[in-house]
Amino acid sequence: MSETFQLDGEDVPFAPAQTVLQAALAAGRYIPHLCYHPEFKPHGSCRVCTVQANGRTQAACTLPAAAGLEVESASEEMNALRRTLVQMLFAEGNHFCPSCEKSGNCVLQALGSDLGVLTAGFRHFYPDRPVDASHPDILLDFNRCILCELCVRASCEVDGKCVFALSGRGLDKHLIVNAASGKLVDTDIALFDKAMEVCPVGVILKKRVGFAVPIGQRRYDQRPISAQALDDAPRVSAASGECAACEGSGAVSALALTEPASSFGEETP
Amino acid sequence: MTQALQTILARHQFNPTRLLQILREAQEALTWIAPEYIDTLAAGLGLPRARVEGVAGFYRFLHTDAPCRYRLLFSDNITDRMLGNQDLLTTLCEMLWVERGHISEDGLASVDTTSCTGMCDQGPALLVNGWAIPRLSRERLARIAELILAQAPVETWPRELFAVADNLRRADILLGNPLQPGDALRVALPLGRATLLEEIKHSNLRGRGGAGFATGLKWAACRDAAGDHANARRYVVCNADEGEPGTFKDRVLLSTQADLVFEGMTVCAYAINGSQGFLYLRGEYRYLLAPLNGVLARRREAGLLGRDILGHAGFDFDIEIHLGAGAYVCGEESALIESLEGKRGIPRNRPPYPVSHGYLQCPTTLNNVETFCAAALVAAKGADWYRGIGTVKSAGTKVLSVSGDCARPGIYEYPFGVTVRQVLADCGAENTLAVQISGPSGVCIAADEFDRRIAFEDLATAGAFMVFDRSRDMFEVARNFAHFFAHESCGFCTPCRVGTAMLRSTMDKIAAGHGTLYDLAEIEKLDRVLNQSAHCGLGHTACNPTLDTMKRFRPTYERRLKSLDFEPAFDLDGALAAARRMTGRDDTGAHLSTEIEA
Repeated sequence: MSETFQLDGEDVPFAPAQTVLQAALAAGRYIPHLCYHPEFKPHGSCRVCTVQANGRTQAACTLPAAAGLEVESASEEMNALRRTLVQMLFAEGNHFCPSCEKSGNCVLQALGSDLGVLTAGFRHFYPDRPVDASHPDILLDFNRCILCELCVRASCEVDGKCVFALSGRGLDKHLIVNAASGKLVDTDIALFDKAMEVCPVGVILKKRVGFAVPIGQRRYDQRPISAQALDDAPRVSAASGECAACEGSGAVSALALTEPASSFGEETP
Repeated sequence: MTQALQTILARHQFNPTRLLQILREAQEALTWIAPEYIDTLAAGLGLPRARVEGVAGFYRFLHTDAPCRYRLLFSDNITDRMLGNQDLLTTLCEMLWVERGHISEDGLASVDTTSCTGMCDQGPALLVNGWAIPRLSRERLARIAELILAQAPVETWPRELFAVADNLRRADILLGNPLQPGDALRVALPLGRATLLEEIKHSNLRGRGGAGFATGLKWAACRDAAGDHANARRYVVCNADEGEPGTFKDRVLLSTQADLVFEGMTVCAYAINGSQGFLYLRGEYRYLLAPLNGVLARRREAGLLGRDILGHAGFDFDIEIHLGAGAYVCGEESALIESLEGKRGIPRNRPPYPVSHGYLQCPTTLNNVETFCAAALVAAKGADWYRGIGTVKSAGTKVLSVSGDCARPGIYEYPFGVTVRQVLADCGAENTLAVQISGPSGVCIAADEFDRRIAFEDLATAGAFMVFDRSRDMFEVARNFAHFFAHESCGFCTPCRVGTAMLRSTMDKIAAGHGTLYDLAEIEKLDRVLNQSAHCGLGHTACNPTLDTMKRFRPTYERRLKSLDFEPAFDLDGALAAARRMTGRDDTGAHLSTEIEA
């Protein structure tokens, strides 16, 4: 860890094959992010972690760390961009926070709150996305899906099941399940799968445990996400880095560092 | 059914990287991709079912909705619109008794639109079950409708319906080359790999796909790349996924210069030590597949492909053609490689670049059709000769696809440095208002810029040259392009997936007379967001046509705007449309006044 790059004017050390976001988090420096998860290969689809690196805007999660790189992240310009991206995700899906079981534990909501998203900003798309309640123990509410592919990656790389994948394209891109019927009940998903715990928003929910912790006492009700994200990183990766179903097969290698920390989608604070 | 699928699977050795080709062939054999076919294919390939479904769902020409005997897709580029494709589409729907976008209840036919099919010089055009029919007219549509209603198989339709003209208007060193198959290789092979590569570098040849990267540097980087495995194979890929609206030069190069294209690829294989080549042909050019395979077969017989090419011991190389299936984004090099590997065509994160980690993570040289042609010319006639043509920074010639308002649309080859004005004069354009250079992702220029030159240092272009005269409304041109980008966004990254859809709806709002100055400011904001954060060039350039036309033809926007600062997108009167349809009423009493008194 001898080499460093600059993040907002301060030196950040990095290990070979680390990306800017991975190195920053390991060094206790927060860059807002959404589709990145410390246990999986960086993916680069949500673009919330966009930073200015040597004058060019790039996603920090997939940008390889390099000596001498000058990265600007905490600027108003970058945060304004992130606000807009979060607003876009809110406009794209159907997000009704007050009635959502994930409220207070939702990464999208927490990011919005932290970044100061106070208005919708855009016209809502109000897409028609029926829920899948076919499974006796699990509910899929696609209205909230932000297409981060964490469940796709977890199911393929950790669970070895590939229960989830993406189909369609553009605005029609959507999550599908691995069954001819298109119903979750016909897949081999199980309650203790990794895929059950990675959803940053409220798509994949366990039935009959809703609102066990009252809103107001949940994870991001306690402390903002910028303070908590550092608890998550870095930690041991159980992921293979080879996903048979997901997109964006960048060759950035998954990191396997030590220091396990609390779970990403934890229910209780 | 299962037997047909097993035959297709066996032909592709049950190889998952062939998934797109397998799906395409399955659809050709069985008219659609039914859920049970997906099960069969997934089992045969050892893939999760959802992966197969995801790939089938990505490509517009793969249909998983329902069986349909005749799928008719009208090309919907602005040049098709200018030639009246909308009216013709409506006419065909009436002839066939179908509703646009819906399969008829008997499963006979469906009529819809698709992005530019590369027939802008002979539009309006459509695809029937993937086969191109240009020069549409009411008469031709009547014949088509008659054939469909008689349920005549497309293979039996009169051949002249499918005749595509080359419209070659101006040839230069490339289109007028006197080379015979093998001529370039007979010069290149004796030079040796290193000298050949130096020649390519010295020629100043730059990529013709639009970005203009130095070809020699790319080849050298690929030759020198180690790849992930020892003795990694090296691949040569020709990008014939010509999807940029208004571009059709590769179509003509592939129909008139196929040998030169393959010769260029073989020259490249020799220079970089490549062993396998692919030509990725856009699905819209399905009709070129058999002729191109014929050329490949002839070249194998002539010893120009295969083992020990031209008796050169150890130089083994062959070329295979893969067909796309309706995805503009696959023209992006890393998305094209994903598609070649049988996946959804999503651009990869870069670095690493294809030269070191391309097809199957092996070193891969990927060039445009025209670049390979030019490379063959350089190999045959020398770098000094080649760099003497064109300008100092842009060596050689550029093939332009001219369409729109001009007397002689078609293919024009010029040495780099030609002015827009010269091209306009040659193609017989009069009263020209604007020219869209290099398609929607390029630049729109107005009359005061017609002395600018086609060259990397001024107007870099992948070849599209769309002409608009003074009768045209540039707002509608930009709106057509906004729809194109939203239709073609792969949906991988947030800004492009959501932003292109927002741009489309904002342009539609302005077109409907509900736009305000606020909306114009919103477009500028969307452009900043897309430029700063989109994953690939599609998102970066998606707002260009709108911004270009806003800058140069602002009155066409402003006359549509309401004088208010803000106008809700929600149209109160429009919301009653369904109720009016149900009650059969359209009198004034069934309408709300949308005029807001100030």
